[in-house]
Amino acid sequence: MEMPVPAAAVIARKDRIVARLRELLPGDAVISAPGELRAYECDALAAYACPPLAAVLPGSTEEVAAILRLCHAEGVPVVPRGAGTSLAGGALPTADCVILGVARMTEVLEIDTASRFIRVQAGRTNLSVSEAVADADFFYAPDPSSQLACAIAGNIAMNSGGAHCLKYGVTTNNLLGVTMVLMDGTVVELGGAHLDAGGYDLLGLVCGSEGQLGVVTEATLRILPKPEGARPVLMGFSSNEVAGRCVSDIIKAGVLPVAIEFMDRPCIRATEAFSGAGYPDCEALLIVEVEGAPAEIDEQLAKILAIARSHDPVELRESRSEEESARIWLGRKSAFGAMGQIGDYMCLDGTIPVSALPEVLRRIGEMSQEFGLRVGNVFHAGDGNMHPLILYDANKPGDLELCERFGAEILKLCVEAGGCLTGEHGVGVEKRELMAHQFGPQDLEIQMAVKDVFDPKWLLNPAKVFPLEASAARRESPA
Amino acid sequence: MLRPESEGALAEIIRNAEGPLAIRGGGTRPVGRPVAGEDLSLVGIAGIALYEPGALTLVAAAGTSLAAAEAALAAEGQRLAFEPMDHRVLLGTSGEPTIGGVVAANVSGPRRIQAGACRDSLLGLRFVDGRGEIVKNGGRVMKNVTGYDLVKLLAGSRGTLGVLTEVSLKVLPAPETAAGLTIAGLGIEEAVAAMSAALGSPFEVTGAAHLPAERLTHLRIEGFEASVAYRARRLQAAMSRFGPVDIEDDTGRLATLWAGLRDVAPLAGKPGEVWRISVMPSEAVSVAAALPEAELLLDWGGGRVWARVRDGFDLRTALAGIRGHATLVKASETRRSAGGVFQPQPAAVGTLEDGLRSRFDPRGILNTGLMS
Repeated sequence: MEMPVPAAAVIARKDRIVARLRELLPGDAVISAPGELRAYECDALAAYACPPLAAVLPGSTEEVAAILRLCHAEGVPVVPRGAGTSLAGGALPTADCVILGVARMTEVLEIDTASRFIRVQAGRTNLSVSEAVADADFFYAPDPSSQLACAIAGNIAMNSGGAHCLKYGVTTNNLLGVTMVLMDGTVVELGGAHLDAGGYDLLGLVCGSEGQLGVVTEATLRILPKPEGARPVLMGFSSNEVAGRCVSDIIKAGVLPVAIEFMDRPCIRATEAFSGAGYPDCEALLIVEVEGAPAEIDEQLAKILAIARSHDPVELRESRSEEESARIWLGRKSAFGAMGQIGDYMCLDGTIPVSALPEVLRRIGEMSQEFGLRVGNVFHAGDGNMHPLILYDANKPGDLELCERFGAEILKLCVEAGGCLTGEHGVGVEKRELMAHQFGPQDLEIQMAVKDVFDPKWLLNPAKVFPLEASAARRESPA
Repeated sequence: MLRPESEGALAEIIRNAEGPLAIRGGGTRPVGRPVAGEDLSLVGIAGIALYEPGALTLVAAAGTSLAAAEAALAAEGQRLAFEPMDHRVLLGTSGEPTIGGVVAANVSGPRRIQAGACRDSLLGLRFVDGRGEIVKNGGRVMKNVTGYDLVKLLAGSRGTLGVLTEVSLKVLPAPETAAGLTIAGLGIEEAVAAMSAALGSPFEVTGAAHLPAERLTHLRIEGFEASVAYRARRLQAAMSRFGPVDIEDDTGRLATLWAGLRDVAPLAGKPGEVWRISVMPSEAVSVAAALPEAELLLDWGGGRVWARVRDGFDLRTALAGIRGHATLVKASETRRSAGGVFQPQPAAVGTLEDGLRSRFDPRGILNTGLMS
């Protein structure tokens, strides 16, 4: 993976830039010592690392604006960072950049259950947003698996999803407004506690723009009343194809589960060995969860179980208690950890039409043989968002590269099947060079033109999302 | 009138255009400043390209009539979740609304509070920009964060950034049944409180509207039969502190009632101008207080206020200080020609909008001035 050559002229001015940042911020909010900068050299795509020039931890929108004004004037690239949980390298620094971390901006600014929103500083963690409204029996719906750690700012940058977005949508469907600072320091308010845009939907454009259009400092989020209850059912099938057909039939039947999770045999075996969740030894497993009052859950599960039975399941396990529900989810929730026990792995994130599931899984199996690398599949089947986990050995020379080539082939397969490169993790640096497989030159050109409008000097997170060659002219001699 | 039959022909027309173009689907929503230029109709680019009920996705050419799309969905027991308003009722227009028109204006109805707006159901689109380049964005899968979300930007941009040729939508199963709850006699403040309580309950209310003239507050629940019966009962009990609650379970009558609320029928066929105001739900009370002479319809639990006011009324001044936005939906052509139909944006946001327009339509030929 390539990154642009850092600007020597910027690196040469490090002392002056750091000194000026210190004039703007409290002493401990500017980090410039090499040892301390190690903490910011990578995100959760840990295969790649590069210490930044400096890191800053502002506490307010005003401080963010001051930092950006300075970096804009000095021509210093800025890489915004939420909690650093990006799996796509969205917060990967370059040696000439300032990391702008929002970790100190965690306040709840306003809660209004009558109008059903919460306003927070963008560094607040996803889960703690739900916790802030839990006593009022509300919750914030998007639930990425990193929700304990990940920040709302990063969720907005990547338009994060989660297991429950089949019913509740992803971040963009639950985001009402933002306060955002443009690269030149201008503060803009987009949206608010009301619905929809009065002019262009700039809020929708900003959500998922991977920190390339502005730095979000505050967010107004839609909160929802908690359901009365939820209950999962576990189903085992003799093949991926049958499980895939079952998913499609459930959706078609008009039942709208909150989650439909899928695991294939390699994943089932790994999680079973790791967590002892008591999963059946079968080719494919589904966890389907529905919500409502007990009688409503019974009604929905009856329909779902009838559909499942028509596909000759090898196992049907309906939860009868909180404890049994927890056991059903235990394996799924520990799947990534379980795969990590076996070896190093790369987690992919392509989405495909649900109807293409069996064929794509079969092809991934064949490719696994061809590349000689093992793959486990665990993913959100209801919306076709796959997470193939490719196992490799980081200590074996060439294995990471082989794994990346295999991953790229899987993502191309997703695009060919009518899907896309990334369903919820974002492009970052990881899938940047694959963009040309999903988009034509004009499709990318108009997206880059959007960045020209928000950040004419291409200083915000510049080496992400677009193939380096496609963005080179803009990064090197900006609009 | 220009009436291309294919995306390629449309791109050719735009590339070769020497003057402004007035883009139209079915022509049923003349909202915004009237546009000068040659008429460019999209109705020739029509047809359902792909419909997969098992994947809840519909891909249709922009000129496909809304009726044709809805009929195809109904045949499989599905529907568009966002319940698009039919503007013919309020605006007295004729013609057939198109799916592209619905998307271009981001048209949503009462169910928007629960199921999201049109833009939330929109998975992908194809369009021709002002340079005549064909662009695609998004796709046909539910989860997609690949590149910038131009899908949301184009939804509601009313043909000023590009001419839509194909839209891909998430659809949902139509519910087995529905029930309505009505509370009579509430003032606006109590009605907004009642609707907030209902929308803050776990009973999945899919409609919450209030008609001040009749002092009637309507709530809607949809789903499987036993579940609807259960939730209607529970909600009735929870709402009883606001007054007696009637339950309507005749789905025919309920469909008529909510179609009327969706289409703002109570304010139709009357003199004056009609505004659509989007505010934080609890602000509906301040809106009502600021517009004492207006006839109102509250939807979205108070978050969307429809206001019928006298011709020429300066609504923006009356609502100064209330956050949100207002659109002059029904007004004479003369009034709309003066501009100001859409909410004026703060300078910094306006600069971004102008910048986007200059990139997507550098010659300024697509529905020029419509949103200014």
